Formats: sequence, C-alpha cells, structure tokens
Amino acid sequence: MWVLGPIGFAAPFLLWALLILPVLWLLLRAVPPAPKRQQFAAVFLLLGLDDKEAQAARSPWWMTLLRMLAVAALIVAFSGPVLNPQSGEDDDGPLIILVDGTWADAPVWSSQMARVDEILAQADRSDRLVAVSVATDTPAQGLTFKPARMWRADLVGFSPAPYVPDADALLRAIDVVDQEASTLWVSSGLDYPRRLDVLAALERLGAVSVIETPRNVLALGPVMRADGGVNAVVHSLGSAPDREVTVSAIGPDPSGIERVLGHVSLAVSAGATPVEFALRPELRNRVTRFEIDKEPSAAAVQLVADSLKRPKVALISGQSEGGDIDLLSPLHYLRAAFEQSSDIIEGTFDDLVAANPDVIVLADVARLAGDENAKLLEWTSKGGQLLRFAGEKLAASDVARDGIDPLMPVTLRAGGRSIGGAMSWGEPKLLRPFAEASPFFGLEIPDDVAVTSQVLAQPEPELAARVIATLADGTPLVTRKTVGQGQVVLFHVTANAQWSTLPLSGLFVSMLQRLTSASSVGEAQDSDLQRQVLSPTLLLDGFGDLHDAGLSEPVSGEVFSNASASAKTPAGIYETQDRAFALNVFGPTSKLVAAQWPSSVEMIGAQNAAEVSLKPVLLMLALAALALDLLAVLMLTGRVTYKGAAPLFIAGCVFAMGVSNPNILLAQSAGAQQDAFLQAASSELTLAYVLTGDKAVDDVSRQGLVGLSQALAARTSVEPAVPMGVNLETDPLGVFPILYWPITLSQPPLSAQSYSKLNAYMRSGGMLFFDTRDGDISGFGQATPLGTKLRDIAYALDVPPLEPVPQDHVLTRSFYLLDAFPGRYVGADVWLQKSFDQEPSSEGMPFRNLNDNVSPVIIGANDWASAWAVTEDGRALRPVGSGYVGEQQREMAYRFGINLMMYVLTGSYKSDQVHVPALLERLGE
Amino acid sequence: MTDLAAYPSGLRARAEELAAPFPALLADADQLARTLMMGGHGRRRAGAGSEFWQYRPAQAGDAARAIDWRRSGQSDVYFVREKEWQAAQSVHFWCDLSKSMQFSSLENSATKHQYAALLTLALSILLMNGGERVALDSLGTPPRIGGQQLRRIAEGLSTSQNVENGVPDVSNFAPQSRAVFLSDFLGPIAPIEAAVAAAADRGIGGVLFQILDPAEEAFPYQGRTVFTSMAGSTSHETLRAGDLKERYLDRLSERKAALRSLAAQAGWQYSCQHTNASAGAALLWMFQALEQGTR
Repeated sequence: MWVLGPIGFAAPFLLWALLILPVLWLLLRAVPPAPKRQQFAAVFLLLGLDDKEAQAARSPWWMTLLRMLAVAALIVAFSGPVLNPQSGEDDDGPLIILVDGTWADAPVWSSQMARVDEILAQADRSDRLVAVSVATDTPAQGLTFKPARMWRADLVGFSPAPYVPDADALLRAIDVVDQEASTLWVSSGLDYPRRLDVLAALERLGAVSVIETPRNVLALGPVMRADGGVNAVVHSLGSAPDREVTVSAIGPDPSGIERVLGHVSLAVSAGATPVEFALRPELRNRVTRFEIDKEPSAAAVQLVADSLKRPKVALISGQSEGGDIDLLSPLHYLRAAFEQSSDIIEGTFDDLVAANPDVIVLADVARLAGDENAKLLEWTSKGGQLLRFAGEKLAASDVARDGIDPLMPVTLRAGGRSIGGAMSWGEPKLLRPFAEASPFFGLEIPDDVAVTSQVLAQPEPELAARVIATLADGTPLVTRKTVGQGQVVLFHVTANAQWSTLPLSGLFVSMLQRLTSASSVGEAQDSDLQRQVLSPTLLLDGFGDLHDAGLSEPVSGEVFSNASASAKTPAGIYETQDRAFALNVFGPTSKLVAAQWPSSVEMIGAQNAAEVSLKPVLLMLALAALALDLLAVLMLTGRVTYKGAAPLFIAGCVFAMGVSNPNILLAQSAGAQQDAFLQAASSELTLAYVLTGDKAVDDVSRQGLVGLSQALAARTSVEPAVPMGVNLETDPLGVFPILYWPITLSQPPLSAQSYSKLNAYMRSGGMLFFDTRDGDISGFGQATPLGTKLRDIAYALDVPPLEPVPQDHVLTRSFYLLDAFPGRYVGADVWLQKSFDQEPSSEGMPFRNLNDNVSPVIIGANDWASAWAVTEDGRALRPVGSGYVGEQQREMAYRFGINLMMYVLTGSYKSDQVHVPALLERLGE
Repeated sequence: MTDLAAYPSGLRARAEELAAPFPALLADADQLARTLMMGGHGRRRAGAGSEFWQYRPAQAGDAARAIDWRRSGQSDVYFVREKEWQAAQSVHFWCDLSKSMQFSSLENSATKHQYAALLTLALSILLMNGGERVALDSLGTPPRIGGQQLRRIAEGLSTSQNVENGVPDVSNFAPQSRAVFLSDFLGPIAPIEAAVAAAADRGIGGVLFQILDPAEEAFPYQGRTVFTSMAGSTSHETLRAGDLKERYLDRLSERKAALRSLAAQAGWQYSCQHTNASAGAALLWMFQALEQGTR
C-alpha cells in the first residue's frame, strides 16, 4: 500500500494510467460528438451549405474536461484508494492487542470488540501471531501468542471489568513475552496508576500504537445526604460539550419491586457537575443505587447500600420534660447522639408506635400500660429495636424482679448499687474491653468513662450470653435479648450523666450507632468496620449491572475500609451481620483523568480508525460525470432540446443518485415506534396475546392465534391480520378486541400503571382471555400453582363477579352451537362475568333473555392456544387427544375460538336474534 | 407436402397483402371524386356524341337512315337529328414514384407518395366520369377510359421506383393532350424543365403540382446531423443543423419560384400543397386547372 497523505492506494501502479490523460485530451478534443443521421428528401437543396462556425468540429473544451474527469476518477477508483489506511498492515511479526477493558470501555464495548475483530481479521490475512489481553483480566500464565483466527472466537468471552487494570499483573504478563512484538493498545482514554510503566515495558518489545476513541466518559461520584434529599456529582471527561443526562435513583417500591424512585435531568459539561436530588426521607431510605441512564458503565452507578438510610428513633422518657434543665433531661444526650444519624421523633406513646420507628428508646421507663406493653412487644418481635435505659424509677420499681419481663433482657435485683460515692466503698468502675461476640467489639474505650451507679442483673444461667458490655469487675453494663426478629437492649445506667460519664463520651454515640445501624458514610466508618468481616452479596459488572455474588471471598473490615474497587475487592454490596456497605467504582477521591501518551507511540484515532474505501465514491463521481456528458451530448446533437423537461429530469436523476443515502433514515424515535405499533395493530383486526417473557409460551400463543386467525378467515367473514405480541408495560392495548393471556409461573409482577391500563382496557370494551393451561389437573376446589399465579396477577384487576359459562350463554351459540369449550384439555370450567338473572326462562323458550354486555374477562384452563397452534406450513403444532377423537376435539377447540371471537366482536347480537321472528311479524302487519 | 400445402395459402396471403391498398385507394379516390359534381363536357356544336343537340332539315347527301322519322312525321319536312360533339380529352399523369416521395415526418407517416397517388387516382376517376381518357406515364399505355384502366392506374401507383428523384417521360404523350405532373420537385430541376418544354412544344397543356412534407417546409432540425437522401445516394453533414434553416428556406422558395415561372412560360398551372393539408382542396384546384386549360 502506497500512502499519500490520508489516502492509501492498494494498487498504486494503476495511477500511472493518469499519464495517458493528456493523450486522451487530444483524442477527445479531436472527436466531436457523433452526428445523428436524418433522412431528408430535400437534401439536394442542402448541398453546398457550409457551417458558419468551423470550430464546432471539435468537442467543446468543457465536455472534454468532463470526460477527462470521468476517466481520471475511474483510474483513481481502480487503484484502490483508501481513506485512513491501516498502518502496519505489512508487518507480519507477532502482535499484542491490549484492551484496557475497564468500565470506561463498557458503553462502547461492542464497537471496541468489533474493532479488535477487524484488527484480528487483518492480522489473520497476514498470518500474524497475536496475543489478545484485556488489561483488567490478564491471564495468569502471561501473554500467549496464538494465530489470530483462534482469538476471534474467544473475543465474545471478554468483558469489561468494574475496576482499573492492575499494572503489576499486567507487567508480569508482559514479562513472559520473550520475542519482539508490536503492540496495539485499545485504550479507553482514561489514565490508571503506573500505566506508563506498562507502556515502557511494551515499548521494549516493539512499536506501540494506540487506538483511542475520543468520547465522553461519564461517572457518578459518591452520593451524600443533604437537606431534603441527596447530592452527588457527575464527572464528565471528553469531547461532547454539553450532554443531557438523566440520573435515576433506584430502589424497591413498597411491594419490593425495583423501580425508579426519582430522577433528575441535567446538562453535563466537562469536569464535575453537581446533581441535587429532592427525595423525601421515605424514598431516600429505600434507594439502593443511583445511576446515569443510558450509560452502561460501572462508574455510572453509585451503590448506596445502607448509607442513605436514617433510622427513625422514637424517644420516650419516664419523666416529664417540663421545666427540667436540659443537662439533667434523660433525653438530652440521646437526642445529641442520634441527631447526626437518625430522624428523631417524639410524642405520645401511641403515635410513636404507630409511626413504626426503627428504634424506640425508653429512658428510665419502668412500667407500661398493659395495652402499651402488648403493642411494644408486637413491634419488637417484628424487628423493632428497643433500647432501655435504667434510672431511679426502674431501680425503684418491681419490673423484672420475679422473672424475666418480656421487654427486659434480664431480671434485676432490687435496688441497685452505687460505687465510688461518699457512702460507699471502692472507686467508680471503668469498662472492660468489649468481647469479640459483642456488637461493640473493636470500639476504643476512653479512660474517663466511669460508672458510679447501676442496676444489677440477677445472676442467671442465661445472663452470660446476654451481656454485651461489662464493667471492669465483670458486672453487666449492657445486656441484650432477642425478641422475635427484634431485640431488647438494656443499658444498666441512665441516659444522662447522673449514674455514669458514659453519655458524655464519644463511645456512647458509637455504641448507639452500632446498636441502631445508624452510621453515615464517611464518618466513623473505619471504627465501625474494625474487626468485622464483610461478605459480598451483590457485585457490579463492568456494564453497571448487579449480579449475585455467589461464593465470593469475604473481606475483612480493615481491608474494606481502605479498599477501592479492584479484582480482589470488586465493587458491590458487602454485608456484615447487621449492615450493608457499598463499595463503589467511583469513590470520593476518584477523578477522571485522561490518558496522556508520549510522542513515541503512534496514535490511531478511532473516528478515522476505520478504513474508508474511496472506490465507490470515485466510481459514483465518474458515473455522474458520464451522465452529465451524456446529457451534454444529447443537447449538442439536438436530440434533446433545451426547452424539454428531459434535461431537468436527467439532472434530477443524477442529483438524486448522488445525494440519496440510506443513512438519512435514522433510527426512529420511540414515539414513532409506538405509532408504528398502533398503525400495524389498528389497520386491520388484530388478535393479540400477552408476552409473558417465556419464549416457548409466547411462540405457542402466537402460533395458536395464527391458527385461529386462519380458521376465522376460512370460515367467517372475520379476516384478522397477523397476531401481535403485547408487552403490557409498554404497548398500548386499546386497539385490540381481545388479549389472550397464558399464565406462566415466571410472569413478572405488573406495575401499577399496567394495572390501570388493563382496567381501562377492560372498562372500554376489551376482553382479557386468561388461560391457566392446566385443565388436566385443575378442577373445582383445587388450587394449582398456575391458578394461584393467576390470582396474584388479577388481584388488582377490576374483575366483575364470575360464574361458569351457563348453558344458555351467547358464547354457546354465537357461531356454532357448542355445549363444551375444549382446548387441548376438556372439562375445565370456563368462567365469565355473571349475567343478570332477572328474567326466568319463559315457557317454550330455550334461552333466557340475556342482553348484558360482553364479559370483560374470560378465564379458562384448557390451553386453547396449543390446540389452535399451527406451524408455518399449516400443520397442527401440538397433539390433541389421540386419533380421530383428538382431531374432533381440535375442531371443537377451533369452533370455540370462532364462537369466542364472534362473541367479542358482535356482543349479544346473537341473543337479540331471538326477537327477529317477532320483529318480522310486526313488520308484516 | 407441407410446402405444397403452404404454397397456395402463402401466395394468397402475399397477394392479398399486396392487393389490400388498391380497394382502399380506389375507395378513397372514389370518395374524393364524388365530392366534385361532374358537369357536362360538350363542345357546344354538333358532332359525334350521345347528347341531343338539334334537329335540322335534311339536306342532300344525308343518309336516309339519318332522318329522324318521328320528328319528320310532325311536318312535311325531313329532319335529321344531330347530337352534340363530345370529343374525349386525353390526360397524361406523371406521378413521381421515386424514393424522395417516400419521406414523411408526420405522425400518421402519410408520405408524399400516398398523397400524390390519392390525388392522381381521384382525378382519374373524375376525368373518366367526365368521359376523358386517362393514362399513367409509368405504365406506358395509351390513354383509355374505363374501370380496367382505373385499376391499372391504381396498380401502377402502388409501385415505387428505386431512384432518388423521378423524371417524367413525355415522349409518348399524345399531342394536344393534357398533362398532370405530381411530384415534390426537390431533385435537379433541369429534367423537369426539359420535360415541360418538350410537352409544351407538342401543344400539351397541364399542371405542375408540388407536394411537400411539412418538415420540408419547416426544417425543424438541430445539432450535428448527417442528412441523407431517401435512397441514400447523397448525404450532407452539418454540425449545427439549426443554422442551415434560413438558407435552406431561401433555396426552397427559389425552387418554388422557378417552378412557377416554368409553368407560366409553358402556359401551365402550378400549385404547392403539403401532405398534412386536405386532399379535397387540392383535387378541386387541379380539376379546375385542367378545365381551364381545356377551354
């Protein structure tokens, strides 16, 4: 390949042909356009009449130029011009293809892989040995060279990782290579630590060229709680000046289905753009992650785990607050401790329990009313966290004296003890370091925490297991007992500084936070994680999707607190016993840094990375020039007159040829797609089925409706179009007369919008035809799994009272006379809207006078679609029954289908038919 | 067997194809001739004829069988019944059958030849109805009257000569007869002049009737063109045909003027007609021109 500027030529020797152009010029100039021959009787009168302009004997110069242009274009076209020729095509030494493979590649991963595939195809053509490696996933045995063909099959196995490459592993892999090799580095455009070392190692092996796609990389920074919502920062790097992005907050809704709980649209410019989310505390507590829409990258996802959750803490004091000095109030220290991390609520006991807080703190409350006791117990056993503090009242009361109170972790001895006072022996007691089983394990105990008074627990067999903090002499300070799913914790001291200095110290806050899982990100995390073990539950992949972690290795808290996303500690959700922590790709200190490349590497831009063959363009040019020439010749020879429309037409054709480009038709917008769907569905009568997500079931539904459509077209004047699958979440329903809905166990729950859409559909005359497809096992009084599933799905539907199809229902005679409705199974009842039974059947009349509406819902179990289903070539898809009887049953199934469609389309018309004789008689008179 | 079987039918098919134009031409010519009312053609004096002219008293020398006994019975004098002298005129037609006459630029591709043949035959019918004898130059037969001669003329008109431009042969024209020349007169004019002069010398009066195609009058050609004659013997190439139009039209009008003066010198009549014009008008003009010459 011979390269001239940005253009390379595959067959440059052909360009020598350009030398003949001057010769051609002379030749073309000498040959005028061919004359037209005209028979003419009066030619004798013309003899001797000469042309006035002798110069016209040669072609006009511009026509010659046009032809030269055409010939030149042809010559250049066939010399194989290529815009942005691939360099290094001539090399046949080993090639290393290093793909960064980080999350930044994820949005363009498929095109990256296509690019690599292209390079491999090229390498394959020149029989090169290639080692392909993704930098984030280097093979342990180092880079290995294989023929390019073998790599191409492996490409699908590569995927981007949610972390940056590990330079050490990469260097080890490169060190294995013991031969000269050039490198093609497919870079994501982002820098990572020690990238230049890797580059230096590669340059020692041979030339390095870099393919870098200049594009916009987006990352979502850590999410911080703010007043009335949360704040985050969208980092952007790269070319796009202002990009409109949507950041969504995602979390479970009350029914546990994951939904977008809020979203913010903003224009992102290069650098950091702050995002503010207005989220009510209710919603904020539910958010599990934030992500940038339409940016499938791990960095565009911020997992929040529990960090945004603020527990609701209800404070209840045994003393009246009125007139007390703050510092003596038992709640003052609690408020101060919880204020940072929790939402504090106070009020009457009933209101507080009704608000269903996460934690209820009872500061020196001895006895509760019986009713309150029961409520509190119920709340606790459902997972509530009851924190009790001792005090004068508790010490004086007889609560938990004789036996364990359900709302007390231990039995208490009467009275209590004071130590270090004027009338007592001994010093104020210090705290003993927390045991390993204690939730406080790992917390630092300040020296100045001392206890002067406390209530004492009765020594009992269970006591040891219930103690989670003790004084230096071993007396229990904090005891705990689980109640149902919740727990009751008793601090044997007061919540104010009367009995101990504990509430004055930072330890108090830490202990409360550990107990209430109320720490916030960034603060006190290290201490929270001390000596904890975190096991990953959900992990992010490079595209920003969450996956089950499976049996991933647990991580110790110390490691986790300093960890950034890496191969050992991949980004995801990690859980301790009682809390979930998120490890994000993009941490608080992370920045998007563009990779800088030294001048020694060859940069191959990605936008001009693709070879563009200029041959078609040049051939088109030559063709256009020849077409123009043709037009000119026609005009010169008088075959086309200037006045005619032909020149305009031909010019138009030439222009259209040059301009028309299929790429103009860009992808249609979603709205247009919906319009297209509506148009397709409404241009003819269309049967529809619900897409259940189970491909096999959907196929049978479609084929079944195709079979029914064919039967309808053959036997009736109803000629439906090809049946359509309907996605209940996205597609409009109103245009379909009936929706066939086979029930599958895997059917995902519907959203509220879908339910309202379905209800509107049923109210406006649509019909849902449920088929549980289990007519062989279902029956009266038997609950089948599919029946239960149907009940789950239909609970929010506006289904009228149902009854099995009565024998005189219109459905039994809307086209055929039927007495059963078999599908693939026979016998299961078909249910529809209960008819108004106002008129008893009159004498001699076989049918009641039922002129009610079309039932909005029909429920059956006979698996009709399977009975109707036909293959492409018209054969029945599924067997029905056996032999002749089976075929008869299939025929009856078709008849039911036709009756059903007639019922749907004509309503109670057939029922009105009974009046026809009477009407005719009246008309006759 | 097949050849034998095929032969008669093939022959017949060809014959019918060949014969097809005749009735049409005859019918067309007949229809055209009917548009003109044929008047008497007498010489306004007694002579051989069929029409009654006068009764005159018998003179000595009159044959007895010449006496009209019915008229004589009314008086004592013998009368002879005389008839008007009706001398038949001979009309020689020269219809140009050359290739040049095959040119047509019209959409129905009516050639000058067709036009000329139609006029010739129609005029022949008219003349025969008037009792004149008619001859077609190309047949070489003497002027005759009757259906047989008409058919022969029609047959002669449907042939064509493979020459560029036709030349009339006046050698066997009867003296004192009439001549009708139908041609486009676009070839060399000298033979025409010679023929007209030779005819005029023998006391033959007549008509020069020029038939032109509209394209020959309008010259609607543009661009580089090679004009070839109809037989292909002559051609003329031009690079810009449009430029020639003026000069061509000049030459055409020169030719017309030459023909007119030729006719005037010989005491003949001249007219020019286009093939897209009505044949009836042309026929009327020619008939009148011939009558004029007769008196």
